[in-house]
Amino acid sequence: MELLTPAIGLLFWMLVVFVILVVILRVAAWKPIMNGLKEREHQIQSALDLAEKTRADMAKLQSDNEKLLAQARAERDSILKSAKESADRLIAEAKDRAGIEGKRIIEDAREAINNERVAIVAQMKKEIVTISLDIAEKVLRKELGDKTSQEKLVADLAKEARLN
Amino acid sequence: MFQTLRHTFFATFALLFVTFSVAFAEEPAHDHEAKESKFNIGEMIMHHIADAHEWEFAHGLSIPLPVIIYDNGVKVFSSSNFYHSPDATHEDHENHVYPNKALGYVLEHEHIYPIGADGKANKEAHVLDFSITKNVASLLLSAIILLLIFTSVAKGYSKNKGKAPSGIQSFLEPIILFIRDEVVKPAIGPKYERYLPYLLTLFFFIWVNNLLGLVPGGANLTGNIAVTLILAVITFIIVHFSANKHYFAHLIKPTGVPVALLPIMIPVEIVGVFMKPFSLMVRLFANITAGHIIILSLLGLIFIANNLGGGGTGWAVSPLVLIFTLFMNVIELLVAFLQAFIFTLLTSMYIGSSIEESHEADHGH
Repeated sequence: MELLTPAIGLLFWMLVVFVILVVILRVAAWKPIMNGLKEREHQIQSALDLAEKTRADMAKLQSDNEKLLAQARAERDSILKSAKESADRLIAEAKDRAGIEGKRIIEDAREAINNERVAIVAQMKKEIVTISLDIAEKVLRKELGDKTSQEKLVADLAKEARLN
Repeated sequence: MFQTLRHTFFATFALLFVTFSVAFAEEPAHDHEAKESKFNIGEMIMHHIADAHEWEFAHGLSIPLPVIIYDNGVKVFSSSNFYHSPDATHEDHENHVYPNKALGYVLEHEHIYPIGADGKANKEAHVLDFSITKNVASLLLSAIILLLIFTSVAKGYSKNKGKAPSGIQSFLEPIILFIRDEVVKPAIGPKYERYLPYLLTLFFFIWVNNLLGLVPGGANLTGNIAVTLILAVITFIIVHFSANKHYFAHLIKPTGVPVALLPIMIPVEIVGVFMKPFSLMVRLFANITAGHIIILSLLGLIFIANNLGGGGTGWAVSPLVLIFTLFMNVIELLVAFLQAFIFTLLTSMYIGSSIEESHEADHGH
């Protein structure tokens, strides 16, 4: 049948044109297209990889930061703690020392007061004795001008002496 | 006349087919006056799917094409020497016989014969016809279209380097990627890149020519057995030139077949080798030709109705026929892509199976 018999002319032209078409398109079209596509795919892949890497870096950085922060916090805590301890110690020491010093001062004061008092008492005793002797002399001189007075004095003295 | 509202509506669609239709619209009328013969649908269809030495866009509107013949030397002349030959009588025209005594050749049913001593075609003599026929012209046209399209796509990749594709590049890139990633890569495997230029050219060549064939007045190139034959032969050659030892060994000794069956299996395997390209050839040819025949048959119904009913019957049935034709055309658009895809897929699979490494290690035989 006519339709099923290939014509020699068309066979020839088809072979020639198609082979030339494949050759030209291979060089002028498919090569640059495939290279362009591959390059773009490569670019996209590397961009994705970079994004992934950046994300990982960011995560690492963040965790590092957190670690640093935690470390800093811990350090701060320990510094504060030691500062507080030393402050407490200083205060305690100061308290102790102040206590001891105070006691010593009080002791000294007490001693001084005691000494003063003893001295004053001695002084007073001496003065009282002097004054008493003066008074006694004067009284005696005045009182003992008459006999009754002398007697009375003796009686008073006796009374007094009993009271003491 | 049945000038219905519907008719005017479909007249718009009819425009698409006018170039087709006008050609036959004249013919039956012509025949009617000349020989009182009926419209011959078979002849009309064959005329439209067969090759010709001129490119007829519509009746009376045709471009003569160069005739190149080899008959003891190359002779080149215009085909108008046949179609508008002063020696062709009216009856010759009716019989599609165009003698040109000055040249000494006759074009009979698109075959060129020398004119014998008796004044008739000498069918014993062999004239090799390398004419730029309608199909060859369409082939060249499609080659130019493909070159223009894909060089401009390729330019897009250097122009839009590192940027998103634009224009025709962005339209064709998904299709190119589809062929590469969904058809060629899975079928051939890691060595696919060597075969990609051929397979991409094959796909787009078939697709573009299928589409050109659907254009009214277009040539039925991919529905021509010579074209599909060449494509199938190139596929056959590529498959067998890239085939490895395993492929040929498998032909002579198919794995897992008892020795007693070998006398049957070896011929079957060898027939299979030739059946594959043969099926490629026939599948494309038959599908595209069948599509053309269906569309032409539907359109022919108008003229058959006209012959049967006379008067305005042809006009009356045309709206319905045009709906069917439009529907078929849409299906043919799908078929145009599908057949290009199938041809490319099967070629990839044949190449893939010929370069496949032996499976025997996997089976642990």
